[in-house]
Amino acid sequence: MKKDTVETLGFNLFRLGSVLVVLILGFILFDIFYKGIGAISWEFLTAEPRMGMTEGGIFPAIVGTVYVTVITVLFAVPLGMFAAIYLNEYAPHGPLTRVIRLSIRNLSGVPSIVYGLFGVAIFVRTLHLGASVLSAGLTLGLLTLPWTITASEEALKTVPKSYRDGALALGATKWQAIRTNVLPYAVPGMLTGTILGLARAAGETAPILFTGAAFFLPFLPDSPFSQFMALPYHLYVLVTQHHDVGKVMPLAYGTALVLIALVVGLNLVAVIIRYHFRKKRG
Amino acid sequence: MAEEAKIWTEGLNFFYGASQALHDINIKISPHNVTAFIGPSGCGKSTFLRCLNRMNETIVGTRIEGKVFIDGHDIYDRSVDVVDIRRRVGMVFQKSNPFPKSIFDNVAYGLRIGGLKDKDKLAEIVEKALIDAAIWDEVKDRLQESAMGLSGGQQQRLCIARALAVEPEVLLMDEPASALDPIATQRIEELIHQLKEKYTIVIVTHNMQQAARVSDITAFFYLGRIIEVDDTETIFTRPKLKQTEDYITGRFG
Repeated sequence: MKKDTVETLGFNLFRLGSVLVVLILGFILFDIFYKGIGAISWEFLTAEPRMGMTEGGIFPAIVGTVYVTVITVLFAVPLGMFAAIYLNEYAPHGPLTRVIRLSIRNLSGVPSIVYGLFGVAIFVRTLHLGASVLSAGLTLGLLTLPWTITASEEALKTVPKSYRDGALALGATKWQAIRTNVLPYAVPGMLTGTILGLARAAGETAPILFTGAAFFLPFLPDSPFSQFMALPYHLYVLVTQHHDVGKVMPLAYGTALVLIALVVGLNLVAVIIRYHFRKKRG
Repeated sequence: MAEEAKIWTEGLNFFYGASQALHDINIKISPHNVTAFIGPSGCGKSTFLRCLNRMNETIVGTRIEGKVFIDGHDIYDRSVDVVDIRRRVGMVFQKSNPFPKSIFDNVAYGLRIGGLKDKDKLAEIVEKALIDAAIWDEVKDRLQESAMGLSGGQQQRLCIARALAVEPEVLLMDEPASALDPIATQRIEELIHQLKEKYTIVIVTHNMQQAARVSDITAFFYLGRIIEVDDTETIFTRPKLKQTEDYITGRFG
């Protein structure tokens, strides 16, 4: 009897926890959707801001965010996957590898503003890339690397050892075994983890704050060395830096909605990739 | 055992980290014969089998001492390419491990990584391997389907076909039927019987009846040592040592 009571109590406590989490998240999303949907229009998505950002759209910010995310992908995805393959398949099992792995895990906990400062010091100043799409993309790339590497390593670990052994026993070299009998089964997992990391990076403000994001630009970035507008920073500017709060608040909510849609879209791509490969693998 | 040995070892010791798994193994394995390794779990028989195609090297922290000769050449010599050894010494694992590819691609795997691209030649060898592994009739109409859809016994015969396709000289089998039902087991045993015409076969088994049925020579392993090696019939009817007799009559193990 008493055991049952405890069990019921515990069960309900857990249920309360998950219901609360979903409710809070749902409320935030609903709030943004409700207040932002009114601002969404064709013009909002395709025009640049006008009249001191109280009118017009957010087109340059959308393009800037996409542009910077592309740089992040080009930089972080191959590098992260290569690092994961090395760490999981080739690196000797020793204290050094353990320290490296631990450091990578810890890097994912470093506040994003620290990445921003690092980006200024390395990309903007030392490498003279200036405040630009390139600097910001590379900075966001650094931010996503721990995620990419960790997710890719986990994906590689899910491939059974018997696939590797089976290939080796047939006379495959180590790289042949990895390339033909490990990577094909790990890549979907690697990609999903990577996309989740990218989705996070796309919404970051602090790392791009000093490395290339501009307060306001009436034109689009025309090279990797241009400054750019970005959705998260634009949102930040509208909400905290603008004097006419009443006029820009709807636009801020509209921007937030577009940003969330973008992130959800990226996550959706991850889900589709996973689903597609799972079906294929049967 | 009149013929000259295909494989022999000299003073083989094997270590997992600090613990020694094999002690001073000296054995001769003759060609076109089935040699069975029997013994209780953890006696080192599988470990020894994996020394014969250098698969133990894939396990971190292992070390080997002594020599393993195949056709008179030490396979652990520095000049030897491990890839070459594994092509000559095929292996079938305890748990069938088809790759999540089509049946055809499974069997063609070893050929393709070996650089064979000619489609007709590939098809020809795949068919021959599947016939040799006594599974052709069951799969010939669905070569492009996933190998994961086969039954356990079929998967194991597919793995044998995959090993045969690269035309090895030696076939190592690590408890190839331990996860199979009696009928599938019987098919594998018949297959082993046919295959010894062409290959030198070494099989590890937990099942003493199986060793008695399929092998010509039996080696009894215990605690990392070979206790007794002899003709299978002798081992099972007139073992020289009491330890061997105790094991095969089921008094321990």
